[in-house]
Amino acid sequence: MESKIQTQPVKLSKEDFESDQMVKWCPGCGDHAILRSVEAVFPVVGEKLNLNKEDFVVVSGIGCSSRFPYYMNTYGIHGIHGRAAALATGIKVANPKLNVWMISGDGDSMAIGGNHFIHVARRNVDITYLMFNNRIYGLTKGQYSPTTFKGQKTKTSPQGVFEQPFNPGELVIGSRGKFFARVVDTNPKLMQKVFVEAAMYRGASIVEILANCVIFNNKIHGDITGRDTKADNQLILEAGKPMIFGKENNKGIVLDGTRLKVVTIGEDGVTEDDILVHDPTTEDAGIHMMLASMMTPEFPVALGVIRATPFQTLNDAVWESVEHEKEVSPYKNVDDLLNSGNTWEID
Amino acid sequence: MTTHKGKVVELESAVIRFAGDSGDGMQLTGNLFSDSTAFAGNDFATFPDYPAEIRAPQGTVSGVSGFQIRFGANDIHTSGDRADVLVAMNPASLKANLKWVQSNGIIIVDTDAFTEKNLAKAGYETNPLEDGSLNGYLVVQAPISTLTKEAVKEMALDNKSAMKSKNMFTLGMVFYMFNRDYKKTFSFFEQKFKKNPVIVEANKKVLEAGYHFADTLEVFANTFKIEPAPLNKGRYRNITGNLATSWGILAASERSGRNVFLGSYPITPATEILQEIAKHKQFQAISMQMEDEIGGVVSSIGASFAGALAVTSTSGPGLSLKSEAIGLAVMTELPLVVINVQRGGPSTGLPTKSEQSDLMQALYGRNGEAPVVVMAAKSSADCFYGAFEAAKVAMEHMVPVILLTDGSIANGSEVFKIPRVADLPEIHPPIVKANDPNYAPYKRDAEKLSREWALPGTPGLRHRLGGLEKEDITGNVSHDPLNHQKMSYLREEKVERVANYIPDLEVEGDEEGDILVVSWGGTYGVMLTAVEELRAEGKKVSLAHFRYIKPMPKNTAEVLSKFKKIIVCEINLGQFVNVLRMTFPQFSYRQYNKIQGLPFMVNELKDQFNALLNE
Repeated sequence: MESKIQTQPVKLSKEDFESDQMVKWCPGCGDHAILRSVEAVFPVVGEKLNLNKEDFVVVSGIGCSSRFPYYMNTYGIHGIHGRAAALATGIKVANPKLNVWMISGDGDSMAIGGNHFIHVARRNVDITYLMFNNRIYGLTKGQYSPTTFKGQKTKTSPQGVFEQPFNPGELVIGSRGKFFARVVDTNPKLMQKVFVEAAMYRGASIVEILANCVIFNNKIHGDITGRDTKADNQLILEAGKPMIFGKENNKGIVLDGTRLKVVTIGEDGVTEDDILVHDPTTEDAGIHMMLASMMTPEFPVALGVIRATPFQTLNDAVWESVEHEKEVSPYKNVDDLLNSGNTWEID
Repeated sequence: MTTHKGKVVELESAVIRFAGDSGDGMQLTGNLFSDSTAFAGNDFATFPDYPAEIRAPQGTVSGVSGFQIRFGANDIHTSGDRADVLVAMNPASLKANLKWVQSNGIIIVDTDAFTEKNLAKAGYETNPLEDGSLNGYLVVQAPISTLTKEAVKEMALDNKSAMKSKNMFTLGMVFYMFNRDYKKTFSFFEQKFKKNPVIVEANKKVLEAGYHFADTLEVFANTFKIEPAPLNKGRYRNITGNLATSWGILAASERSGRNVFLGSYPITPATEILQEIAKHKQFQAISMQMEDEIGGVVSSIGASFAGALAVTSTSGPGLSLKSEAIGLAVMTELPLVVINVQRGGPSTGLPTKSEQSDLMQALYGRNGEAPVVVMAAKSSADCFYGAFEAAKVAMEHMVPVILLTDGSIANGSEVFKIPRVADLPEIHPPIVKANDPNYAPYKRDAEKLSREWALPGTPGLRHRLGGLEKEDITGNVSHDPLNHQKMSYLREEKVERVANYIPDLEVEGDEEGDILVVSWGGTYGVMLTAVEELRAEGKKVSLAHFRYIKPMPKNTAEVLSKFKKIIVCEINLGQFVNVLRMTFPQFSYRQYNKIQGLPFMVNELKDQFNALLNE
């Protein structure tokens, strides 16, 4: 990692990033909590990476979530539908010193921007990608998205959705992405912890945020976030820790043959030693994929950093190549190039 | 050099067309002949004509690849109407190209390739070498394949490798005809095949054999010589349009101090630009081959926000895909150069053929009122200046610029006088200094109406851009009706004011007369040739050729007003003529259009103009 030594780093605060623009999300929308968490995290990231407040750039596509850049006091660009990943790629590769955050939704990322999504993951561009997944088109007022569950009735699926949904984590890993995390909008502490880890990871850190659309898809994540059900339906992963969850903190995940299984510690001779220990850093994505795929009611939903495998970033690869070419190229300037190869002089 | 037995005939200019199967190496043969032409001091222009398929079925007409060069002792502006010499490597290439040969032209054929099978594949019922259909031409029948094999028989070469060098046999023959020093080409072989000395030797031997074989032929009663052209003092090179475009961008980067960022996607006939920029990371020029055309332009817009000289390169269908994103660049008022190498359309159309049919798309092909600067390079070498100017205008005026070139000038080549980068105009992007207390995202320059460029990372200038309508000065999101009207006019006016910074429209010929011929873009060379030839006959015809289309030069109406008749010539159904009709309705316009995937010919243009003169 390049050193960013600065003699007197400016101490940043949450207020440094708060915008004076009116936030126009619906009252009760999950996006408010995400905004507050991001505002809280920027000073932390700034301090860890020795950044000035001007080094942050927030990029978005189109949709409710994508209004985000207007609500942050940073450099920002609100792009066009689905294309924020390409914008972010251009910004980061053109100036790798910038700390680029990308905000998108399930429609923006999984439908119209699906192509850019898989390629930004594959390229491992060093950005932090927050994908708000409320499983609905909110800004256009309630049409099904590529993450809406099969059978759900929406304005454009009056007979129920015929299609199966994407699981964003599967898509990230299937695209050979190196970082995937999942959080819920109801847990700011976890959001902040994961956002910092995502920002510190060098590469495309994609975070799925299960967000609630209070108007068009209220409580769609209710079984995961509900006060009474969340303990049994959330597995909060931590590196090096066993995958234990549940109201009684006695349920765990084991590998049973080739698939995962929920067991209860103390039943059928199961002890804590039998429970899988989370390792987000393995290149082998087998367990990561299975964790990302877990769904209620059979399984708890995996939260936290599921995968974080070291890999060269695209921006590093490009700029290392630039430095190399400067050394080996016979052309020191454009005049050299124009005069290269077959030329002739007329006197 | 061998002494020639015949006499040497001096010519003003000549046209040669090399044609063969798409795997026969005709483009290479043509390029090597071009290099030799440059050494001989002639002016020249070239035109490659190749199929969309990489290796179409061997021996068929659809798989024929051609390369035409016109060279001369005077200024050469076009690759020529018809060939004086055709090299046809097989029956299919003869069939496809005979219509492009002068009525008394020379045709060199490989008789070994005129087998029954190949004749059938080409659709010949009888052998044209025997049925009298080539009467009137001087047909040089040479067993090129056999002689090539013969030339390398003592070398350890398999049949396939030996056959690969038969194009060099024909090159040797043509070198003989035009009194060229074939040894100058040896260094090319040494470079190109340096890892394989056997191939170097084989190519040298075959080239030499072709040369000497031609020397023995009775049919060549004489050979030809073309005196060097009176070019201005300086250093020259041969350059294709796509190479010139790429280098123009690199020169603009050096002149402006902004790194190039090219976000692109491979598409015929624009791909060479992406390939060329990818070679030049030493200049901190970054190219990204993105996942699609949209990713290409959008990554460039991101890079533009970050402070790069942002470029995207494409051809017609790709420009369609980029439309929405170009609108984002219009709204965010970020500099962006969009290079569109036009090809035949619509849809996939004619990927390897040239057309001027994307003008309306460039001008209007976006949602909303979305004005951009539209300009068009006039020749292969002018692509260098077109790209340089596009970059200068984009950055200094904070505006997207669409540069139109086309397949003909992009793949064609001509002689290019090499400029010094330090002699090119300066470029001053309006970059805001840190902590400027007066900075506002949509505050404008009083003259240009351009906003300023505040680069992320700069202290004191944080701001948000985006596709939603912006409030004047502050750049905040605004849905205010009167603000939208004001901003719409400002964006339009900003583009129109570029006219204050571009050269006047020049007239080639007298500034008044019977006919003003109007053209734009890549047709310049042929238009100029036709007009010059008519003027030499005493006709009162002049040419006004447009490089800037939006905005048009400020003296446009004045130029148009001085002629009795105006005729607008385009390789489309009449797009620019309609822009003129709309912009300057006080004049009446005639139009001449051709849409065959082929360039204009000098003679067809002269016929049109003569008919108009006689009306």
